[in-house]
Amino acid sequence: MPIGRCLRTVCVIAALSLSILSTLAQQKRTLTIYAATSLTDAFEELAAAFLEHHPEADIVLNFASSSKLAAQLLAGAPADIFASANSAQMDLVVADGRISAGAVQSFATNRLLLIVPADNPAGVSGIADLGSKTLLLVLAVTGTPIRDYTNAMFASYNDEYGDDFAKRALANLVSEESNVRQVVARIALGEADAGIVYQTDVTDEVRDDVIRFPIADRHNQLASYPVAALDDTALPELSEAFIVFLRSDDGQSILSAYGFCSPPRELDEATAEPTAESSQDKPIEDETEVAPCEALEAEG
Amino acid sequence: MKLWKLKADKLLLVAVSAFAFLLLAVPIFVLVISGLGSRAWEGVPESSSILTATLLSFASTLAVVCLAALLGTPLAYLLSRFEFTGKRIVSLFIELPIVMPPAVAGLALLITFGRRGFIGAWLADAGIVIPFTILAVIIAQFFISAPFYIRSAQVGFSSVSAEVEDAARVDGAYGWQMFWYITLPIAWRALASGMILCWARAVGEFGATILFAGNLQGRTQTMPLLVYSVFERDISAAIWTGLILIVLALVALFVSQWFAATQDRLD
Repeated sequence: MPIGRCLRTVCVIAALSLSILSTLAQQKRTLTIYAATSLTDAFEELAAAFLEHHPEADIVLNFASSSKLAAQLLAGAPADIFASANSAQMDLVVADGRISAGAVQSFATNRLLLIVPADNPAGVSGIADLGSKTLLLVLAVTGTPIRDYTNAMFASYNDEYGDDFAKRALANLVSEESNVRQVVARIALGEADAGIVYQTDVTDEVRDDVIRFPIADRHNQLASYPVAALDDTALPELSEAFIVFLRSDDGQSILSAYGFCSPPRELDEATAEPTAESSQDKPIEDETEVAPCEALEAEG
Repeated sequence: MKLWKLKADKLLLVAVSAFAFLLLAVPIFVLVISGLGSRAWEGVPESSSILTATLLSFASTLAVVCLAALLGTPLAYLLSRFEFTGKRIVSLFIELPIVMPPAVAGLALLITFGRRGFIGAWLADAGIVIPFTILAVIIAQFFISAPFYIRSAQVGFSSVSAEVEDAARVDGAYGWQMFWYITLPIAWRALASGMILCWARAVGEFGATILFAGNLQGRTQTMPLLVYSVFERDISAAIWTGLILIVLALVALFVSQWFAATQDRLD
């Protein structure tokens, strides 16, 4: 029976490759980390630095928008750590019971930035133009943290640029990208005229392809990044070690190299006061302007 | 001993086949069950996005099928009737989109027809910007799905024997006449089956569309894009749209197989 022999061979090969795969997976203790897209570059370096101290471990990073990751976790996807770009998505997983509320810690903050292509085809000179000009605006899809922050930021400008500013700006929207890095790509390629991203998303690779406009502190949104180990992790000690490393000085210095700010030591929203807006509507040229962590902490 | 071996082989054959079938069938089954179980339709009236995406999908795929018939039929006829140098290369390029990753196709379209693209920059100077419009959706779907029609039509034309055309020619038929009255009536089932496959592939197109055309409700958001955009915040809308897509795909497969079967009987 040639078919039978053939089938047997296929089965043997399948069984062998499965067993090889599973032994490979077991040899090292693999930490699976779900992280928001905006953390991509920073977490790749953080993972490499962490593995230097833990050679026995291995790390698998899964990047997507926080809302997509939360949906995957709610559907039961196996993971050890979840690092979200806002608390709303973290809260969903907490409410689902896969993370206990006490385990959630803040490890970084980020803020919004307006970017346009280097040749600025629509002649954008600041946020105000989004509501007054006809242009191609791209944003992250509704439901992602950055979109929530962007909507809040637009709404906050209503008292400055007219009651329907947010509406006028959103009328220019031509595409909702599934994550924030795709917004950057659209702008860097010059296919769209303007986009709202996190300040950390303008990485070295695309810095020359875009012009960055800061967003005034009193309208900007302070995106706080929460992290937690999942309750059902098979590697609680290793997960805890990674989170401790993330919040350590070493971890924070890697994060700040990518433009993230440290979480405010004590958040006291009541004292938040608008600061001077000298830099508004002027493209960012000096690197030191990109990460005004001190200004943020004073504000917070 | 021999009997036992025979039985074991048969058992293995059935077991592996059953496993393969379940792997393909169970996810579809689960989607249908969970759609019905979670009463997905109850969440639907509020989400007009499904209606918008469905209309957009139908409009764009109708245009794609018309374009494929208009542009693909002469090409398929040419390929089935004439030998020329480079024919293999031409056939290869026509079939490439069937196997290449749609995301790669989208990227290729973007750097060709995008605002800064090879041809797009020139179009942009003339005031025509293709990305983020329904035209981009149609181009992306055409790029991915037209090969299904062209290939099927080519096979259909090849099945029309040279003797039949020669006989018609002896009777005085020429060019268009022969195509309309002889070739087309014989090959139409293959052409129709190809159009349905092309349509079904266009309805399901995702990767090239989202890269090239972007994603916005009422503008470029087709049904597969809707499934991807809303599954994390409106799972019932995603499942419901998924169910519609599965039904459309089943109907398309059924009709296309029916055409193919009747063609076989004729042959």
